[in-house]
Amino acid sequence: MSEKQFKHKLYVKKGMDISFTPETLIKIQTIISHYPEGKQKSALIPILHIAQEEFGGSLNVDIMDYVAGLLNITPIEVYEVATFYSQFYLDPVGKYVIEVCQTGPCAICGAEEMIQYLEDKLQIKVGETTEDKLFSLKAVECLGACGSAPVLQVNTEFHEFLNLQKIDDIIAKLRSESELKKPEELTWKERLS
Amino acid sequence: MERKIILENIEIEGIRTLEVYRKNGGYNSVEKALKTMTPDEIVAEVKTSGLRGRGGAGFPTGMKWSFIDKKSTNPRYLVCNADESEPGTFKDRYLLMNIPHRLIEGMICSAYALGSNKAYIYVRGEFKAIIGILNEAIKESYKAGLLGKNILGSGYDLDLHVHSGAGAYICGEETALLESLEGKRGNPRLKPPFPAIKGLYDCPTVVNNVETLANIGWIVNNSGEEYAKIGIGRSTGTKLISACGNIVNPGVYEIEMGLPVEEFIYSEKYCGGIKGGKELKAVIPGGSSVPILPKNLILNTIDGQPRLMSYESLSEGGFVSGSMLGSGGFIVYDEDACIVRNTYNFSRFYHHESCGQCSPCREGTSWMESVLHRIENGLGKKKDIDLLVSIASKIEGNTICPLGDAASWPVAAAIRHFRSEFEAHIKE
Repeated sequence: MSEKQFKHKLYVKKGMDISFTPETLIKIQTIISHYPEGKQKSALIPILHIAQEEFGGSLNVDIMDYVAGLLNITPIEVYEVATFYSQFYLDPVGKYVIEVCQTGPCAICGAEEMIQYLEDKLQIKVGETTEDKLFSLKAVECLGACGSAPVLQVNTEFHEFLNLQKIDDIIAKLRSESELKKPEELTWKERLS
Repeated sequence: MERKIILENIEIEGIRTLEVYRKNGGYNSVEKALKTMTPDEIVAEVKTSGLRGRGGAGFPTGMKWSFIDKKSTNPRYLVCNADESEPGTFKDRYLLMNIPHRLIEGMICSAYALGSNKAYIYVRGEFKAIIGILNEAIKESYKAGLLGKNILGSGYDLDLHVHSGAGAYICGEETALLESLEGKRGNPRLKPPFPAIKGLYDCPTVVNNVETLANIGWIVNNSGEEYAKIGIGRSTGTKLISACGNIVNPGVYEIEMGLPVEEFIYSEKYCGGIKGGKELKAVIPGGSSVPILPKNLILNTIDGQPRLMSYESLSEGGFVSGSMLGSGGFIVYDEDACIVRNTYNFSRFYHHESCGQCSPCREGTSWMESVLHRIENGLGKKKDIDLLVSIASKIEGNTICPLGDAASWPVAAAIRHFRSEFEAHIKE
């Protein structure tokens, strides 16, 4: 096997310079203080949420190593967690991650039709990102809002009782929102690309 | 029968805020508990109340509390399980969105009863809005001296924090939740030792569901004896039922235990009947993990008795002709629903959510998904039905945590009650 095949994306360092802003570091210290002394590892999941949000919407090995250093734990402890939980993305995602619930109660209320419609509208398949890096589409398991099925969330904001018209409105709103962005408001990933 | 405990006053404007909540009698139980009762007295009241865990297992709460290791010199923890992710269940989300102080009030009384000075609320990561609401409510309570040091001058201290998960159904299992709270993968632990002996950070810990803890304030205020008068038999009190699927009024309803299922489905006050005037086909009464029941068996037991919304009545007949109250996630299917497709959907869910620790679950959920996928897509063979039954029976009871059971029950039940539908899919 070539060397390339051996390398999982997790272990490819990009050598990026990663650090939280001083304000975020204060926020992180507060989170760590919620747990008993010596149990700072408990803060890992909340901190990974913040890291993912601040560093362009997904995690990579540089970010995870940085978080490991902050919490004084080994990098593998961070990789273990980041690969386990479905809210952490290890591949780059678009600015808006659209996650449509596809589990039972949503499925019988039309979720499959919604997913199909979104695929056609955005011209991508589930799991892909649009070329302009604006939207990623995911089909996810139960979001816990079965009473207002079908539902989707965009970067953890819920949209309920979906129909095709509502999806049109959501996409239109997000598109116009993104156009309003000033250059300095661009995310870290957008600036890089 | 209109009995409200948890959702009482929920329609009052601004009940989400501490000010309005307190004006309407909120936190009276904290005052009473901390100033006039000993911890053991509260545990005794909860035992008398007959309150059972509302997360799905229905284990008596007072008994769970009494298992806590009192000899240990380690700190004790109370953890609230708000990792609501059982398909069909959205009652805790509704409660926390609208009346978060009900939980905090219950948690203060419970933590005091357990001798705990530190408590956490573990909220699933997707409920970001709820995390915000809870943090806001906790801040208010700290300010009002209801949390923190020397609560209401009683000398009792309690710190309460919200902890966010990150999308893993398995973290609703209490030991997986504790692992996750410690910053690890959500792999359930082998029991014993139970959390009451070795839980969070190996310290004595009690993990309770949101709805369970939300009942404690009322019990402290009104006594366990009064609580036990509500409901039917060993199913005391009220239950939040989250109704969804093909019904007119999906939503969260607080019902007194013992309400007939038929009334719940067809009454205007609750589900309002089947959407579009269609016929009822089947119901999953307690979240996706419990067995599905066809119309005749959900409305009446096999002996022809009306089925009631209670732990006992819903499980009457065992798994041959009964189901479970579970978490109260009530999923209704109309005549057009395809049971095979639905079963495939849930098997995909359990395959995705299996933590991968135990081989029967890791491999079995994957096989059930692929066999159901080929049946659903017209590629099934006759022997596939028995193959599914066989896989399900080999997962059940052979895993560390109940996810294995939860994955196999829906498949086994769907084949038990709707075998002809599976056969029709294979013939076509």
